[in-house]
Amino acid sequence: MDIQNTTEKLEDFYQLQDLWTEEETDVKNAVRRFVDREVIPHAGEWWQQGEFPAHLIPMLAELGVFGPTLPEAYGGSGLSPLAYGLMMQELERGDSGLRSFASVQSGLAMHAIYRYGSEEQKQEYLPRMAKGEIIGCFGLTEPDAGSDPAAMITRASEEGDSYVISGAKRWITNGHLAQVAVVWAKDDAGIVRGFLVPTQLPGFHATPIHTKASMRMSATSELYLDRVRVPKSFQLPEAHGLGAPLNCLTQARYGIVWGTVGAAMDALVEASLYAKTRTAFGRPIAAKQLVQSHIVGMETRLLNMQLMARQLGQLYLGGTMRYAQVSMAKRHNARAALEIARMAREILGGNGISTDYHAIRHMANLETVDTYEGTYEIHTLIVGRDLLGEAAF
Amino acid sequence: MKILVTVKQVPDTATKIQIRADGQGIQEDGIKWVINPYDEFAIEEALRIKEKQGGEVVIVALGPSRVEEAVRQSLAMGADRAVVISTDAAVDPAAAATALAAVCGEEGFDLILTGKQAVDDDSAQVGPMIAANLGLPQVTVVLKLEVDEAGHRLRAERELEGATEIVELPYPAVVTAQRGLNEPRYPTLPNIMKAKKKEVRRVSMDSLSLALDPRVTVNRLFAPPERPEPTILSGEPEETAKELVRLLHSEAKVL
Ligand SMILES: Cc1cc2nc3c(=O)[nH]c(=O)nc-3n(C[C@H](O)[C@H](O)[C@H](O)COP(=O)(O)OP(=O)(O)OC[C@H]3O[C@@H](n4cnc5c(N)ncnc54)[C@H](O)[C@@H]3O)c2cc1C
Repeated sequence: MDIQNTTEKLEDFYQLQDLWTEEETDVKNAVRRFVDREVIPHAGEWWQQGEFPAHLIPMLAELGVFGPTLPEAYGGSGLSPLAYGLMMQELERGDSGLRSFASVQSGLAMHAIYRYGSEEQKQEYLPRMAKGEIIGCFGLTEPDAGSDPAAMITRASEEGDSYVISGAKRWITNGHLAQVAVVWAKDDAGIVRGFLVPTQLPGFHATPIHTKASMRMSATSELYLDRVRVPKSFQLPEAHGLGAPLNCLTQARYGIVWGTVGAAMDALVEASLYAKTRTAFGRPIAAKQLVQSHIVGMETRLLNMQLMARQLGQLYLGGTMRYAQVSMAKRHNARAALEIARMAREILGGNGISTDYHAIRHMANLETVDTYEGTYEIHTLIVGRDLLGEAAF
Repeated sequence: MKILVTVKQVPDTATKIQIRADGQGIQEDGIKWVINPYDEFAIEEALRIKEKQGGEVVIVALGPSRVEEAVRQSLAMGADRAVVISTDAAVDPAAAATALAAVCGEEGFDLILTGKQAVDDDSAQVGPMIAANLGLPQVTVVLKLEVDEAGHRLRAERELEGATEIVELPYPAVVTAQRGLNEPRYPTLPNIMKAKKKEVRRVSMDSLSLALDPRVTVNRLFAPPERPEPTILSGEPEETAKELVRLLHSEAKVL
């Protein structure tokens, strides 16, 4: 069996691609081709460097991965949720940090503006964000408020025709690359509001977090807002309360459901091909029952992930997708991908701890993916509440 | 400037080819098909000429329904529309060139671009035969192309063994592309979505009523012989070195 046949079988054991439309096939192929050529050969090195490779930004914009589901009038291409999912899958097959960049730009920042912004804000930001001329970040988490964002401390006080924003945000993807930060803060009445904060304003500081052992190809920052004054027109008019940022998270989580399929796929393919050529005790390790048991278990989990992603996409397409359904799939897929990558790392033996191979990079990245956009536990509680009608937070 | 690019779909070079039991061709099931890489250089060059000088880029493809994927990819790179000559038959280079030339002639054009050869059968005949069919000048294996619209001439650099040849010719003409002509762009998501609305005209090859009797028929296709087991020499270095030289000289005949 040659490499391509084995890879195809591992990646799509149930021939789900027979269900894809031309659009979905073409989008997947286009993004895969880009990632195979422009990202994967350098991913280990960029990951070690610990910063997002900024030269990719115009290339990703040209490829069209920023806000592709938005209408053409706002710089999008009207991509279906399933094609968008496959795009995320292929980006994260390269690196979770690459997918995170696209997730934050599209699913969080652009989505917040599209869903909650005024027409002027949409016109001003969305087409330029699609072109990668403006990078956005999404500031919800704070040093002392992560899983429970209602506990946020950041305040936006009305002063004349301005809001004055003060507070700190932590773990903000693209924070020090962004020209605009979507900042969530409580107003004088204690209601959560969204603000478009240009990052060059006085009082705004973004500091990179360089101590990460995960998601090293992604830019992650701490934001400090020290009496940052913005005109009232910079507020997102349609966002009232915590529901607004949580709705944005649902978008981004949908992308994670698919992205994790890509990371898991890549780790599983790497480990399987390795097992076929690596010999121990006179035989390829692929011929050992214990290794086969692992590979078959990983393949089964990957298939679960793919089926959940696909049906979730169908629900999205049909307009009936509920956030608890997204939570279920985010919870399952992030954890399954993490465990698949971990086992892939193990099958690679000593080589598995080197970023010359992909497994450990995926594994370390997926620790973040399992935590951000709602931890595994938090999604357990969201689904539990949905199923049982009792909040257990 | 109206540019036609003839595009062939070929098996991805990473695909492992299986020969059919009848020895007349390859098994097509499970193969990953791609645009012939040399045709991608041709598409890119056409798009660049269009971007500089305006005009239209039309893809002309030939083959069974699977070629539609290559056509969509060409449109997603930025071509304006496409004509597909549909046929399920195995087509030899002469028949392909005859059919393509007929459709190109009917379309009308200023320039025809294509790859210098297709990486499946490596015949490298279709480009030159289209030119011959249409009675046009041609330049093959092109590394650099300049279009002088005012003088209605092309200046092309071609790759020769150890040298570069510069030729000038009038157009309409046929130009075949070599690797190095340019760096083909990626199909993009916005263009994939726009491609859905682009016109793809389908003509069945039969409806062209051309005499397409093959001039070349494949007698038999067979895989290269399995490599023999390697010989491993063991013993004292002095002895094995001598034996190695002897084998290289009298068996392998490379020394
Ligand atoms: C690389 C990276 C990038 C990120 N990017 C962004 C970004 O762009 N924007 C943004 O706003 N945020 C971002 N985050 C923040 C991320 O969303 C939070 O880290 C996450 O929501 C968890 O919050 P926390 O870190 O405060 O953990 P905590 O909320 O302190 O949780 C700590 C632990 O307690 C558990 N726990 C909490 N509550 C309960 C409960 N009720 N029952 C049981 N267990 C519980 C959690 O599951 C977790 O295991 C990013 C994080 C990382 C690591």
